[in-house]
Amino acid sequence: MDIFAQQLVNGLVLGSIYALVALGYTMVYGILELINFAHGEVTMIGAMVALAVMGALLGVNPDLPGIMVVIAGALVAIPACMLLGYGIERVAYRPLRHAPRLAPLITAIGVSIILQNVAMLVWGRQYIAFPPILPQISFVVAGAQITAVQLFIVALSIAVMIALWFLVQRTRLGSAMRACAQSREVASLMGIDVNRVISTTFIIGAALAAVAGLMVSAYYGLAHYYMGFMLGLKAFSAAVLGGIGNLGGAVLGGLLLGVIEALGAGYIGDITGGFLGSHYQDVFAFFVLILVLVFRPSGLLGERVAQRA
Amino acid sequence: MSLRGFGLSVLFIAVLAGCGKKDDGVAVIKIGSVAPLSGAQTHIGKDNENGTRLAIDEINAAGLSLGGKPVRLELIGEDDGAEPKTANIVAQKLIDSGVVAVIGHLNSGTSIPAAKLYSDAGIAQFSPSATAVKYTAQGYKTAFRVMANDAQQGAVLGQFAVKKLGAKRIALIDDRSAYGQGLADEVEKAVKTAGGSIIDRQYTTDKATDFSAILTAIKAKNADLIVFGGMDPQAGPMAKQMKSLGLKAQLLGADGMQNGNFIKLAAADAEGVIASSPGLPLATMPGGPGFKQRFIAKYGEIQLYAPYAYDATQVLIAAMKRADSAEPAKILAALTQTDHTGVTGPIRFDAKGDVTGGAVTLYQVKGGAWTTLETIK
Repeated sequence: MDIFAQQLVNGLVLGSIYALVALGYTMVYGILELINFAHGEVTMIGAMVALAVMGALLGVNPDLPGIMVVIAGALVAIPACMLLGYGIERVAYRPLRHAPRLAPLITAIGVSIILQNVAMLVWGRQYIAFPPILPQISFVVAGAQITAVQLFIVALSIAVMIALWFLVQRTRLGSAMRACAQSREVASLMGIDVNRVISTTFIIGAALAAVAGLMVSAYYGLAHYYMGFMLGLKAFSAAVLGGIGNLGGAVLGGLLLGVIEALGAGYIGDITGGFLGSHYQDVFAFFVLILVLVFRPSGLLGERVAQRA
Repeated sequence: MSLRGFGLSVLFIAVLAGCGKKDDGVAVIKIGSVAPLSGAQTHIGKDNENGTRLAIDEINAAGLSLGGKPVRLELIGEDDGAEPKTANIVAQKLIDSGVVAVIGHLNSGTSIPAAKLYSDAGIAQFSPSATAVKYTAQGYKTAFRVMANDAQQGAVLGQFAVKKLGAKRIALIDDRSAYGQGLADEVEKAVKTAGGSIIDRQYTTDKATDFSAILTAIKAKNADLIVFGGMDPQAGPMAKQMKSLGLKAQLLGADGMQNGNFIKLAAADAEGVIASSPGLPLATMPGGPGFKQRFIAKYGEIQLYAPYAYDATQVLIAAMKRADSAEPAKILAALTQTDHTGVTGPIRFDAKGDVTGGAVTLYQVKGGAWTTLETIK
């Protein structure tokens, strides 16, 4: 039973990371019906900027308290990513607002490749280690070992989801966002500055990505220029699994995907008597994704979107 | 290949072509080097290329004449991104550009398929770092390697785990690359021969960063030792996650993770990890300290296999000198009589192209640095 609990914890932590990134995909999709494929790379830039700041700080004074250094890293990385998110929308998506849907998808992929290469030029191609400054505390909960960093990741993604829900459902900006999601034309007729709402959405999404990037690099102890690719792909799948465009769905999809992967990797070998090994964990996860989409094409929590004229 | 890598190599070739035209009278002999210059293993790839470059720069500075005419060697560096598919493309590109020999590729997974192309073209290939048995076992007369292979390394690791460390319950993890898988297979054989038992075998990929699920599965089976066949970008986070999952098992690995980057990535959790590497420790290599000095002066810290890339290039140059020609067929004929004392030790090839009597050294992380445990011949 310990082992099952441990696999569940492994999955929940992994899933929380997916969820945090998936929120960024789903927010943009909710408003623009655009898949912002550069989102994974924004996560990577967040991690890289934070690590650069932390490295510089520790270079000046290696005895600074670890948590302060990480917070300083986050305080630079978040605004940097917000600026980047704004810039991406302004340069790559806004000019194509009225172009066919495929056009901004292509620019999204383009931006993603550009960001990867810029990161490679700036930070080099090697893996960058996260400085060992965070305290290594771990707890045993129901037989499962969980570290302070892992707990923080789970808690943070829950907190972020609640904050986002509050923002979307309870604030003026949120109702403007929902209005834009329903119809940009009508929203602008009602006096909503649609461009501003969309920019804000990108900025919030990018801030989440920065936080997620920092958490991922703290958890795994490393960052590198293409870490955003696989993470982005998994988070995008999580968003689709949960129902893209739905905030709760992104979190549910992320957590589910994480747990399925962990349980898949942990048990698939024993269940199939070694016929399928743990390298089939992704196959297993995507099989579940396909299965869900066959029966619920709009995802677990997604609503059927009526065809627009 | 990344766009940038492509751009750089185009530029590089253009520059080379320019040089070739400028100094008339000096024939230019092209030598290829292939290693991942993009992706996760870039640091090791660049290291290999620099090892080759150092040997070529040194011989050019000293001056080389073949058949009574002065010649100059030119290095053409290619990037295979550690991808077997790309490896074949760049191998063909090098062959088409008229290289007389190739130092590469870095990985077993890329060296193995490319070996066929080099064999068809009849040019010698030296892998400074591919250790999979299959590389030289395919029957190509053009494939050579200058370090101990995985059969030798796996045997040492398996023996060491059972006999020296007294491991009773051994788990294997490999990254499904030709190298990782081959190594794990060899370790499995050696462990069984030594009377140990393999209680679990798990798999990951050479791009993964999360190993908590497979490590938990291993923990459930009470392993006291984990052997990992793979590279440092995976081994680093793996060591960290073993610690955070409360796994007490000893982590044992091979040359793919026996480098400074592993210690950087795993930080405090690297402590106590043991890994083997073919050959002698650099400090005890016959020409090790001198090589280290010359290399560091030009390219900075040695990552991993640079001394082997350097030696492979030296072996090639020596064969050219013996043949007094840069014709690939004559170089190949001369290579079989190789008896070279390189910085890594004596190099002689057996019928398959493997180096004879390769040593394997075991290292352990102590106080944040790899320290030598013992060398097994």
